[in-house]
Amino acid sequence: MTMAETYQTPDGRTIGGQVMEMKNITLRFGGVKAITDISFDIREGEIRAIIGPNGAGKSSMLNVMNGFYHPQEGEVWFHGKKRGPMKPHQIAKQGIARTFQNIALFSGMSTLDNIMTGRLTHMKTGILKQAMWWGPAEKEETENREVVEKVIDFLEIQSIRKTPVGRLPYGLQKRVELGRALAAEPKLLLLDEPMAGMNVEEKEDMSRFILDVNDEFGTTIALIEHDMGVVMDIADRVVVMDYGKKIGDGSPDEVRNNQDVIDAYLGVAHD
Amino acid sequence: MSAGFYYGTEVFLNGLMTGVLYSLVALGFVLIFKSSGIFNYAQGVMALFAALTLVGLQDGQVPFAHLINSIFGTQVHHFGWHLPALLAILLTAGVMVVLAILVERYILRHLVNQPDIILFMATIGLAYFMEGFGDLMWGSEIKKLDVGIPQGGNLWIEENTAFLGGDDFYGFYLDSLDIVAAVFAGLLVLSLVLFSQYTKTGRALRAVADDHQAALSVGISLRFIWVVVWSIAGFIALVAGIMWGSKSGVQFSLSLIALKALPVLMLGGFTSIPGAIVGGLIIGVGEKMFEFLIGAPFLGGATENWFAYMLALIFLVFRPQGLFGDKIIERV
Repeated sequence: MTMAETYQTPDGRTIGGQVMEMKNITLRFGGVKAITDISFDIREGEIRAIIGPNGAGKSSMLNVMNGFYHPQEGEVWFHGKKRGPMKPHQIAKQGIARTFQNIALFSGMSTLDNIMTGRLTHMKTGILKQAMWWGPAEKEETENREVVEKVIDFLEIQSIRKTPVGRLPYGLQKRVELGRALAAEPKLLLLDEPMAGMNVEEKEDMSRFILDVNDEFGTTIALIEHDMGVVMDIADRVVVMDYGKKIGDGSPDEVRNNQDVIDAYLGVAHD
Repeated sequence: MSAGFYYGTEVFLNGLMTGVLYSLVALGFVLIFKSSGIFNYAQGVMALFAALTLVGLQDGQVPFAHLINSIFGTQVHHFGWHLPALLAILLTAGVMVVLAILVERYILRHLVNQPDIILFMATIGLAYFMEGFGDLMWGSEIKKLDVGIPQGGNLWIEENTAFLGGDDFYGFYLDSLDIVAAVFAGLLVLSLVLFSQYTKTGRALRAVADDHQAALSVGISLRFIWVVVWSIAGFIALVAGIMWGSKSGVQFSLSLIALKALPVLMLGGFTSIPGAIVGGLIIGVGEKMFEFLIGAPFLGGATENWFAYMLALIFLVFRPQGLFGDKIIERV
């Protein structure tokens, strides 16, 4: 599928140039191929979904994007530069934040502290100055605290700021995790099944937050989701994976009418 | 009030002071265990190594003097200077940071994602290596450590508590060194708590203790945090080394204080900083009071050597996670 530099979405937003491009990614675990020769791009300001049945390699793809996995073949380009071998924490510093399929929060820490860790990439004072709580360190804490308060307001979780997140219900934990990623003010936000295990109401809330994040902050989002209905509602473009291969790529409507995708999801008749 | 009551109170107070020192050693264990899941067997040897280095620097000893002399046939032993205590302590703290960097670079980095038992074995190796290395570097004779901490009974306390009793009561006897140690341990714990609660590195430290992957995803470098944690454990070892070293001289039995930290940890829980402190105090007071009330009168004395382990054993049976430790829940 070829595309012009920018394109317009049906609801009138303008999508910009490439933020990330995956070129011919192949990932193997021993003899098992998790991802086979997949290429796609993510453009500035769009909501890009990756969908597919269980075991299709979606999470592996996300792990490649944020550097937990290193593909044997292929290249990852970020903001027009080829990415060398980097550690996940260095990639986080480049502006890629993520959430996890099985919530990975710091369960002993409060909501506020969890979201504060999202600001770590923006905090620069050295360890000695912090230890002495020297002028710049204190100022930095206060400034970053303001950003965090905005995120807390935005996600409507003021009432649980001081609660240790381990005690929160599942839906709220997911929201705190989103908050931690948002606090980093990422250039690219990766969401691994943000709505997994939620009821309809929680799913609607989460969809609204994702759309609002994209709309208000212009954050580029790549998300993995199982629920086809949700994806079709919020995504601008969709990549479909099955058994580690790409079987579809395009707008929700294009993907919905793609015969391979229908077969993968509904099965093929064998008569 | 009987004389026994006053004596008992004095024993109690002395137990508290000893307990603080136990807490100090246990604290080093808890920090490393919490953030990396490693039980650092070398913590006691680190205290010994720190004390040896401190004495060596202070007295201007030539490191590896014995080795140098036997290879080159020279007779060097001392640089001939005497460093002020504070400078020597700062330099030793620097040495402990270097040690932390080396441990991360040459041990931890290669053992990432290995089972805990492998890491535990590695720290046993580290302990014996450091014991031998310290010996080689600074010599094995017993050394006197004096950084200017007052020693002996504290007269002020004796004089000001004498009025409590009758004519035959001369006030409580408390060693000044113990009091200083307790104050320093308290300050150390307070600053650690403040550091971990209110700074970004402290927050990162707690984050790593909770979830490695999530920590990576928010841009925390595990290697850096490990160096920080081992450095802090090194500082704690240094403080413990100074206190125990001043008390009973710097000698290799110093590394055995790690063994006393074990029951403290079992009592307080391996993952709890308050637990390490309370556990240390309970053991310190418990062993002194047990000796005073039961051990000496009925069991022929010398119960201090085993009381702590007995108590730990009882705790293991009834509350294996310790007083403050995370509850061990295995989901099926």
